[in-house]
Amino acid sequence: MSAITRDEVAHLARLSRLALTDDELDHYATQLDAIIESVAKVAEVAAEDVPPSSHALPLTNVFRADEVSPCLTPEQALSGAPAVEDDRFRVPRILGEEA
Amino acid sequence: MSLIRKTAAELGAMIAGGEVTAVEVAEAHLDRMAEVEPKVQAFLHVDRETTLEQARAIDARLKAGEKLGPLAGVPIAHKDIFTTRDMPTTAASKILEGWRPPYDATVTARLREAGLVILGKTNLDEFAMGSSTENSAFHPTRNPWDLTKVPGGSSGGSSAAVAAYEAPLSTGTDTGGSIRQPAAVTGIVGMKPTYGGSSRYGLIAFASSLDTPGPFARNVLDAALLHEAFSGHDPMDSTSIDAPVPSVVEAAKNPDIAGMRIGVVREFGGEGYQPGVLARYHEAVQLLESLGAKVVEVSCPSFTTALPAYYLIAPSECSSNLARFDAMRYGLRVGDDGTRSAEEVMALTRAAGFGPEVKRRIMLGTYALSSGYYDAYYGQAQKVRTVISREFEAAFQQVDVLVSPTTPTTAFSIGERADDPMAMYLADLCTIPSNLAGNAAMSVPCGLADEDGLPVGLQIMAPVLADDRCYRVGAAVEQALESRWGGPLLKEAPSL
Repeated sequence: MSAITRDEVAHLARLSRLALTDDELDHYATQLDAIIESVAKVAEVAAEDVPPSSHALPLTNVFRADEVSPCLTPEQALSGAPAVEDDRFRVPRILGEEA
Repeated sequence: MSLIRKTAAELGAMIAGGEVTAVEVAEAHLDRMAEVEPKVQAFLHVDRETTLEQARAIDARLKAGEKLGPLAGVPIAHKDIFTTRDMPTTAASKILEGWRPPYDATVTARLREAGLVILGKTNLDEFAMGSSTENSAFHPTRNPWDLTKVPGGSSGGSSAAVAAYEAPLSTGTDTGGSIRQPAAVTGIVGMKPTYGGSSRYGLIAFASSLDTPGPFARNVLDAALLHEAFSGHDPMDSTSIDAPVPSVVEAAKNPDIAGMRIGVVREFGGEGYQPGVLARYHEAVQLLESLGAKVVEVSCPSFTTALPAYYLIAPSECSSNLARFDAMRYGLRVGDDGTRSAEEVMALTRAAGFGPEVKRRIMLGTYALSSGYYDAYYGQAQKVRTVISREFEAAFQQVDVLVSPTTPTTAFSIGERADDPMAMYLADLCTIPSNLAGNAAMSVPCGLADEDGLPVGLQIMAPVLADDRCYRVGAAVEQALESRWGGPLLKEAPSL
């Protein structure tokens, strides 16, 4: 039995905001299946009582002083934007037609 | 001897002493690049005039009597994943093609302050995802030892540039082995500092809990000088360690390992390893013993599970980090014809802008983080991470450093593993545990494999913030082997 189906890959692509073709979905379904089967080996380590590590360093809540400091100008911040209008990022519509 | 064959330490001293100018040194390297780049293709961006302008500025400051650091005027190549305000930064991705960052990464900025002259931006696997630099959206890079072989990855442009004498120094990033593995397969020195020892600010993020900037050089001392120049606490990176930089330069200058306890990792070596790699590795271990170290075997049974854990953790973090490439604020935008929604434009842009490996990892990470699978995959991988850290801690109770081969094989052929992700992932088998645990690890050349005449790397792993131990052992190995070989390993490389 495969670890992941083509429909599941299509769902992942939607969640990942990747507009994939049918051929790509077939291709990735095969590859992801092999990868997932292999990484499932993590289950072999007996780790029931072990706490998870999200990080290698024992750091929590690093704060800095709340002070005003120099930052990018609007020109700098917008310098790489695909589209700009009135000193703002211009984006495609984010609401439906009826809104 | 021509300027391009000098070490970074020598060049720095010559420039400071007025024997040669920074402009002359930069020109020598730019000329070398013009000569060999058509074959090696280590760089994504080169701009002779910007480089010479920086060199002229250093010469002017030195002439005015300013006292600069030991690497002032020395050229460097930066992996094209560190932002540079005067050069494009792409992460070798179409989604960032042509992007000019409005700011410098901390690593870039500190090295500018130290007076290093930027030669250009080097090639990499897209967003640092890969082990061969074949995943670059622009072109592959070739191994200077054999142009049909990969230079390793993801920092393969940086390793190739240094091995081909295009640059004496370069920067890289190591998330699962992306500095040590390319260093090993190109016969140079590569160091992954302790996680948090070098700043990630301005480093385009792949897996934030693992990404670590580090140096490449042709010898251990040069790597140490570069390591020291960019390391140290950075308030702009909240995971940066607020502690003194380990005394790596001093360690590189004092390669005395008598009485040091060195652990051989039992789990790394044997089946699946190339015989020529194992032969050089075993010789290196004997060499350490002959230099007065006490060598013992150490078992870290869960290290073999580091690879699967990594391929859950790194893609999970990548799926989240790469969500920022949304076609709205910078980079590529595709299909914005006035009829499509932002979400459609996003999906079209990401499909057009990301390459296959990046898409695979984003989807794999999205899968590992989905409800229903989270506990079995991402959650379990995080527990394995704890187990691996504990095994390192237990091992470092017994020994000062651990050693292993850096990679199971020498450089493989371009195209050989390109469409087999699992085979590609195996290149990082021995390097990944140190990323998961965050400890320091280095690769130093230890000879050529008999089968193919290609370089083999010895990996030296030290505890968190004991980076200096890697340099001490690395320098000892280098000194002993170079006296045996009658010079550096790179003198065996074919001329390009």
